Amino acid sequence: MEIGLERRPTVSRRINISARILAVLLSLPLIGLLFAAYGVNPIDAYLRIFTGAFGSPYGFSETIVKMLPIGLCAVGLTLAYRARVLNIGAEGQLIMGSMAATWVALYSGLPQSVTIVVMLLAGFILGAAWALLPALLKSRLNINEVIVTLMMNYISLKLLDYVVTGPWRGLTQWGFPQTDPFPSYARFPMIVGTRIHYYTLTLLLASTLVLYVLMKRTKIGYEVKVVGGNPEAAKYAGISVTKNILLVMLVSGGLAGVAGVGEVAGIHGRLIRGISPGYGYTAIIPTWLGGLDPLGVLVASFFISGLMVGGDTIQVSLRLPSSLVYVFNGMILLFIISSEVLARYRIVIKTGGRRIWI
Amino acid sequence: MDIAASILAEAVRAGTPLMLATLGEIYCERSGVLNLGLDGVMTVGALAGFAATWLTGSVWMGLIVAMLIGGLFSLIHGFTSISLGVNQTVSGLALAMLGTGISSLLGAKYVGLPLRDSLPVLRIPVLTEIPLVGGLFCHDPVVYLGMVISIAMWLILFKTRFGIIVRAVGEKPEAADAAGVNVYLVRYLCVFLGGVLGGLGGAYVTLSYTPGWREGVMMGRGWIALALTIFSLWNPLGSLIGAYLFGGVEVLQFHLQEYGVPASLLGALPYVSTIVVLVASSLGLLRKRLGAPAALGTPYRREG
Repeated sequence: MEIGLERRPTVSRRINISARILAVLLSLPLIGLLFAAYGVNPIDAYLRIFTGAFGSPYGFSETIVKMLPIGLCAVGLTLAYRARVLNIGAEGQLIMGSMAATWVALYSGLPQSVTIVVMLLAGFILGAAWALLPALLKSRLNINEVIVTLMMNYISLKLLDYVVTGPWRGLTQWGFPQTDPFPSYARFPMIVGTRIHYYTLTLLLASTLVLYVLMKRTKIGYEVKVVGGNPEAAKYAGISVTKNILLVMLVSGGLAGVAGVGEVAGIHGRLIRGISPGYGYTAIIPTWLGGLDPLGVLVASFFISGLMVGGDTIQVSLRLPSSLVYVFNGMILLFIISSEVLARYRIVIKTGGRRIWI
Repeated sequence: MDIAASILAEAVRAGTPLMLATLGEIYCERSGVLNLGLDGVMTVGALAGFAATWLTGSVWMGLIVAMLIGGLFSLIHGFTSISLGVNQTVSGLALAMLGTGISSLLGAKYVGLPLRDSLPVLRIPVLTEIPLVGGLFCHDPVVYLGMVISIAMWLILFKTRFGIIVRAVGEKPEAADAAGVNVYLVRYLCVFLGGVLGGLGGAYVTLSYTPGWREGVMMGRGWIALALTIFSLWNPLGSLIGAYLFGGVEVLQFHLQEYGVPASLLGALPYVSTIVVLVASSLGLLRKRLGAPAALGTPYRREG
């Protein structure tokens, strides 16, 4: 008997999805080891995470609340990653979006009736603008976009720090690093009894659908996929790589910016120093987990948001540090990309003259 | 001591963690593996070094443990990128997240603890008397170690057989393989070495430069080191210049604060400089028609 690996002739959708689910399931016991090292019973921890996220109407609604920023960032990243542009800057783009919205809400002096629309537009534009430099540097000078977008994240954090401790620090906030509250006309309404700000929810669902159709049915989506799959072929086919890099970066940056608007206008009602607990980084996970398909990414965002809500629960009840979420992110991401490779191969068992595939 | 001399002396200390990490990454990338997880590796090393020093009472044990843990931790990336052949950018990113996360999870109980042992300062006689640059020669041994190994690693990379093998594996792995070189082994070695030096660089931050462990202690140094790897044109001697330059930028922040510039804006200086350096070096690369190792980021698969 002989056991070996061989390439699958075709990789079906079902195998891809099962490989991803398997990846998540495999990563959980490993993280469980870390819980154990921390003196926490892993099974107890996972039960608490699950019930915290999905076990009550409140937990469920909070999962959706977190899905808004994570989903908006993730759906945008989907387009970028499809073009093989690894935008890691959603965090910074989100922060810039929240800053743009804050300026409109507190300092623009615009008529009340247009304030919310302008906040959303400004958030999209500044988020996109924050992605422009990395996009230009990648397309013109072939500079690694991962490093540049990360640097842009750090810079945006420093800018945020500057405005909330300096020029925009609220006069009524007892010196806390945050702005004054937004007027009521600059706040997003919520579904009664929850914190779900439904303007943002609508935008999330709409952009998911638009991107789904864009990628499946249009020439733009086709070009993005060719650029991501085979840039050389794209050039021969007359597809501009530069144009597509700019497009996907601006769209993903803009959507992250809108996520930032949702956070200030929907949740906090003001700009605070901790406006994002790493939503932009977390969004990378559902993007891969969802198989770079907008609908799959939306589902994965819901799942990952649940993990975050559950994570928050055990942080409080089991006194774990907030960085726990990064352990989940890193571990799951490692397993997803490894599973992608394994999904491409199958195990062959040869006994006598027979070959059995698994 | 005048300001220039004191900035220079401090810059060397601030630049040492960057230099060590950059040196490791240079070997890693020269062998064809891009390790974007460097920031996570450094953070893991920073915690391991601090924790080991706390537990054993010896800063030397701290350094050794940090190197070992850094090396082992980066082997995760070695496995996924060399053996499994996955997308190295994503794998590195996952490693960075994992390293930051694990360190703050396991490091929570070390926050705020004092450093139990510290590195001795060695004043090198005669050299410390030289005006302006004399300040370079009254530091702890790790600073000197950085200087020495950057030269040693340059010699090894360009003047020895092992160096030729590393470069061949990163440029033309098929040819190296045909010549009987074990491509996988060389890449694993270089990834391990990168982790060892990254861990050491991280530990230098918590054991000497800003003593003590806290969350976010690395402040993106691993990402800056990745940019410095490009800036140095994958040459160990280049990392010496790049790292000290960035050490200077870091020290300059504190001096500019005295002139009333807000600290939060000055804090962005290293990150802005990183982008500037990346632009400058890729313009330079374009002009000189130089480039990254040809097989950088490409998994090697033996045919057949």
